[in-house]
Amino acid sequence: MSKFFSTRAGAWAGFGAAALVLFGAAPLVLSGFRLGLLAQFLCYAIVAVGIGLAWGRGGMLTLGQGVFFGMGAYLMAMHLKMADAEFRGGAGAVPDFMELAGIRELPAYWVPFASPVFTIAMILVLPTAFAVLLGFAVFKRRVKGAYFAILSQALAGAFAILLIGQQSMGGFNGLSRFRYFFGYNLDDPVNQQMLYFIAAGVLLVVVAVALQLRRSRYGELLVAVRDAEERVRFLGYDAANIKVVAYATAALFASVAGAIFVPVVGIISPASIGIVPSIMFILGVAIGGRASLVGPVVGALAVAWAQTALSEQFPSAWTYAQGLLFIVVIALLPGGIASIAAATKRFRKEPATAEAPA
Amino acid sequence: MSTNALTCTAVSVDFDGFKAVNGVDLTLERGEVHFLIGPNGAGKTTLVDAITGLTKYAGSVVKDGVELRGRKVHHIARRGIGRTFQTAQVFEQLTVAQNLDIAAGAARPALSLLRRRTALPEHVVAVMDQIGLARHAQTPAGILAHGQKQWLEIGMLLVGDADVLLLDEPIAGMGQAERDTTGRLLHDIAQTRAVAVVEHDMDFMRAFASRVTVLHAGAVLATGSVDEVTNDPRVQEVYLGAAHEQETADAATA
Repeated sequence: MSKFFSTRAGAWAGFGAAALVLFGAAPLVLSGFRLGLLAQFLCYAIVAVGIGLAWGRGGMLTLGQGVFFGMGAYLMAMHLKMADAEFRGGAGAVPDFMELAGIRELPAYWVPFASPVFTIAMILVLPTAFAVLLGFAVFKRRVKGAYFAILSQALAGAFAILLIGQQSMGGFNGLSRFRYFFGYNLDDPVNQQMLYFIAAGVLLVVVAVALQLRRSRYGELLVAVRDAEERVRFLGYDAANIKVVAYATAALFASVAGAIFVPVVGIISPASIGIVPSIMFILGVAIGGRASLVGPVVGALAVAWAQTALSEQFPSAWTYAQGLLFIVVIALLPGGIASIAAATKRFRKEPATAEAPA
Repeated sequence: MSTNALTCTAVSVDFDGFKAVNGVDLTLERGEVHFLIGPNGAGKTTLVDAITGLTKYAGSVVKDGVELRGRKVHHIARRGIGRTFQTAQVFEQLTVAQNLDIAAGAARPALSLLRRRTALPEHVVAVMDQIGLARHAQTPAGILAHGQKQWLEIGMLLVGDADVLLLDEPIAGMGQAERDTTGRLLHDIAQTRAVAVVEHDMDFMRAFASRVTVLHAGAVLATGSVDEVTNDPRVQEVYLGAAHEQETADAATA
């Protein structure tokens, strides 16, 4: 089966089936509330695809994807607040939360976010550019392994703390109560469904991009850097450049996911982008199988779904279940859910070979 | 093409006051298999590390008229200097064909890397034949035999158009048949390239060296043909002593 999906026809079939489920079955079966939840999970899955690329294929343990997720989310949220303010009080009006905080004058850096085009451009460019700069600074100095992981995690913590201190960015409470998304009323169930379709469509695109990157010569090179960075350098490649591409791509995916997350969920606050959410992203990818293409998606969806389901039933049990899940996967299935097929095959084979000599 | 491929002049490596390499002059010529021998700690591998940009050094290394000192590892590699490691470093998760294709591609334009590989370049196929791994094109490098990994690593330098090859103990752990095959391969590729081999194995050196440089305590002790070097009394004293006595004993009993 896995052989079939690695062919060109197989890939199309896989995408077709996924599209059928996401665009056909899910909206029919799920209530509006559940569909909204699924849209939120799909945003996590988009982040996970990027982590699968940077960590699974590139060996960079990106423990701080909350930074890029948060950048995309806050950039989008700024635009939505500006649009709402403009709708209420005309051009130049101050968003509601600023009025409550006593800010009468619109800060200069908010002004351009009235433009949807500028906002979307920023969502695509700003986190990617930041990742490129950071990547060059880190990888050229050959910072890797645990040091890189700690660095990126500290960055996520620092970013959340920075935002808590910014009253003009909503502070601890973050930004919420969005009414319009590029002119569409967010209370309308039809528009909520549209947001779900956007999330589903973006996920398919992101998976397709990741698939192309894996199959390309670049993808082979990335695995080579992961397994023997020194060797790659002695072959005449600048290994840092190769890593930066994967890191920046993962940042872009996370940013886009954050931007979709905001209108879907209706709130973004420092609590959704700091260290804990960043670890949650990694957890999903590890459980799904970081080196496979679909594993991170499955893992992210499974973890998010399990968290919601368990928290509904047993509010205090989720934390324990989460820890247990992580231990079980690391101990018994280091390759994640994606490796179950191969693991069972090995399990079935073993008794057979044991019998052979008898 | 001049035969003189690489010239090291007064190369010294200083590890916090310890001179691992001390004023080494070394010339590698195309058409030669040049053996670097010497006891443990003589500075052989450190010298290779210095030439390839891994270790900082004083002195000068010139290839085809270009000074290499201070350049980055990947820049030096792109100038045609390839090296292998004591334990073969290949990309274990990738197939033999993928390993060689990556090694052949350092000069590819960045955007072309985003496309899928449709066919192996011709010279990659030719090298795969030369190193005897044509049948294993689709085998993951990680499950190759020890000797095959070493050959693959040499092949990776060949497809990358390296014309100065620095091989660190290429026959370590090989059986006799594999050693002979490797020796012949080295002479084959040295026809148009300069090949330097860091080695401990004296029999292998006698069988395949065109020229030998003996390092001792970071400095060059002697350089010349196999006979010149093995007959040099200083060399016999520091390095070949035990083996030489053993041989005379063997000759006496025979």
